[in-house]
Amino acid sequence: MGAPPAPTLAVVAHDAIPVRRRPTSFHRRDAAMVVGCAVSSLALTWLLYSQILPLSGLPGFLMLWAALNFLMYFTAVAATEGRPAARDRTMASVITVAAIAIIVPLALILGYVTLKGLRFLRLSFFTTTMASVGPESPATETGGLQAIVGTLEQVGIAMLISVPLGVLTAVYLNEVKGRLARPTRVFVDAMSGVPSIVAGLFIYTVLVANGAGFSGFAAALALSILMLPTVTRTCEVVLRLVPGGLREASFAMGAPEWRTTWGVILPTARIGIVTATILGVARVIGETAPLIMTAFGSATLNFNPFSGAQSALSLSSFQLFGSSQTADVDRAWVFAFVLLALVLILFVLARLQGDRRRR
Amino acid sequence: MAQIQNLIDATLGDGSAPASLVAQDVHAWFGDHHVLGGISLSMSPRAITALIGPSGCGKSTFLRILNRMHELVPGASLAGSIELNGQDIYGAEVRATDVRRRIGMVFQKPNPFPAMTISGNVLSGLKLCGIKAKDPDAVVEESLHRAGLWNEVKDRLDRPGGTLSGGQQQRLCIARSLAVEPQVLLMDEPCSALDPTSTRRIEETMRHLATSITIVIVTHNMQQAQRISDRCAFFNVEEGQPGGIVESDTTERIFNDPSDPRTADYVHGRFG
Repeated sequence: MGAPPAPTLAVVAHDAIPVRRRPTSFHRRDAAMVVGCAVSSLALTWLLYSQILPLSGLPGFLMLWAALNFLMYFTAVAATEGRPAARDRTMASVITVAAIAIIVPLALILGYVTLKGLRFLRLSFFTTTMASVGPESPATETGGLQAIVGTLEQVGIAMLISVPLGVLTAVYLNEVKGRLARPTRVFVDAMSGVPSIVAGLFIYTVLVANGAGFSGFAAALALSILMLPTVTRTCEVVLRLVPGGLREASFAMGAPEWRTTWGVILPTARIGIVTATILGVARVIGETAPLIMTAFGSATLNFNPFSGAQSALSLSSFQLFGSSQTADVDRAWVFAFVLLALVLILFVLARLQGDRRRR
Repeated sequence: MAQIQNLIDATLGDGSAPASLVAQDVHAWFGDHHVLGGISLSMSPRAITALIGPSGCGKSTFLRILNRMHELVPGASLAGSIELNGQDIYGAEVRATDVRRRIGMVFQKPNPFPAMTISGNVLSGLKLCGIKAKDPDAVVEESLHRAGLWNEVKDRLDRPGGTLSGGQQQRLCIARSLAVEPQVLLMDEPCSALDPTSTRRIEETMRHLATSITIVIVTHNMQQAQRISDRCAFFNVEEGQPGGIVESDTTERIFNDPSDPRTADYVHGRFG
């Protein structure tokens, strides 16, 4: 019994909670290091920029700040956690900063439109039309009902036309694989390059100037020309992603091709087709140029898309921006904001619908 | 079995009795590439025929010729005849879709339809063939019973098919094939993506099914071929030649007393 402390030590070591090693976790100390580096590199940038170097301008300042921050962060992590961790963390922060650099301008645009639009947006915007707005009325008196109805009807009809056509074309390109698939694909690609004003002029020449007159339906036709290539190409990509094994499984049970497409391929690609529709709507909902010569714009409410000029949110916004009255320019922001909000609501609804149908 | 009024197709003979499948002098090409040369093989009813042989010898191509899946590959062609109940399935009056309903297929990778529930998957074959089931629930239950999956999924028939394990998915695919009441079931390495326990379940299912239908299976697993099959056909390919059958016989003979030394070498793992 010459060395009693040894077993005691072993028991203690056994009972003690071992230090946990979690290479990928993020502790308070790591957060402190991120903040510390950001602040100190900001201070250093300020010092260099305004006291030492003959430089000026915000973009350069931000870039120098970012570069110094990465350098400092790398050095700091390398000193405490080693070089592999430093490399990993620095790359992660480079990517985070890149993401922020993308999101911030977007958020600024959204924020600016929201700020400018909300200032004069009243509930009456959704219930009255511009017909009741006089030349001396303040900007808070803005009627948008005719424009909301117009946009919804025009985009709705354009969707009804181009989504079935786009899906069918994609099925032809990807499932039927007919002889004309290659020329069709080239044609669809060429169509996606058609300037929106050309689509508008085309419908104007063929329809509007030929006696049909201005109408929401003419606008919807012009919009479908723009929407069709987007829907078709997206659908084609989505259909290509459906595993070939599903097609084979269906054929192996004796299913004809059209039932395989209808019963297996399209349901499997449903979420993707919803996405294709969203992208198509996104492509046209803000279009203004083709509406000038098809829907024309109107201050009064016109529910009938097949006859008479119709308004639209984007068109109203455009026409009001050209006014010399400050109240009208303020109104233009209200229309722009409502258009933005409408797009957001439609997209969220489409996503929810797509997700719900999946279960 | 009588849940569906299986349309008795005059061109393919009686659809309700067990059927034999006879291949006569079958050749196959992909473009100009001659992949199979002169295959003659008789697959008896109520039995499991195993096709064995090294990779690239044309077993899967032969299997796909048996239910007219081969012709779906662009540039694929074939010669010879396949007879189901003595009727040529490549006959001029015969529709490929009718053939495939009589001769079902299970693939190497389990491929349940992701957009459908478990029962939806089982009924998909009927729906896709435009057949209205009189009692869909009974079809689902019976098909799942025959595939040995009923007890595991009976409480979650409305869950998506993709939520099952790999082995269960494969049995779901078998149930899906059985729902259209095929006379022959072709299986292309159905267990190669599965663990041993699932493999065992599938093999039990196959033995059970072989009491009522004809089964042809491609397998790379010699023990599996030995365990489950009644007859074996050994395929082989020589450099630059089309693939062909070296010999076909009862499984007993192929494994214990083959007449060709190459068969003995292959089944005992000495090459391939």
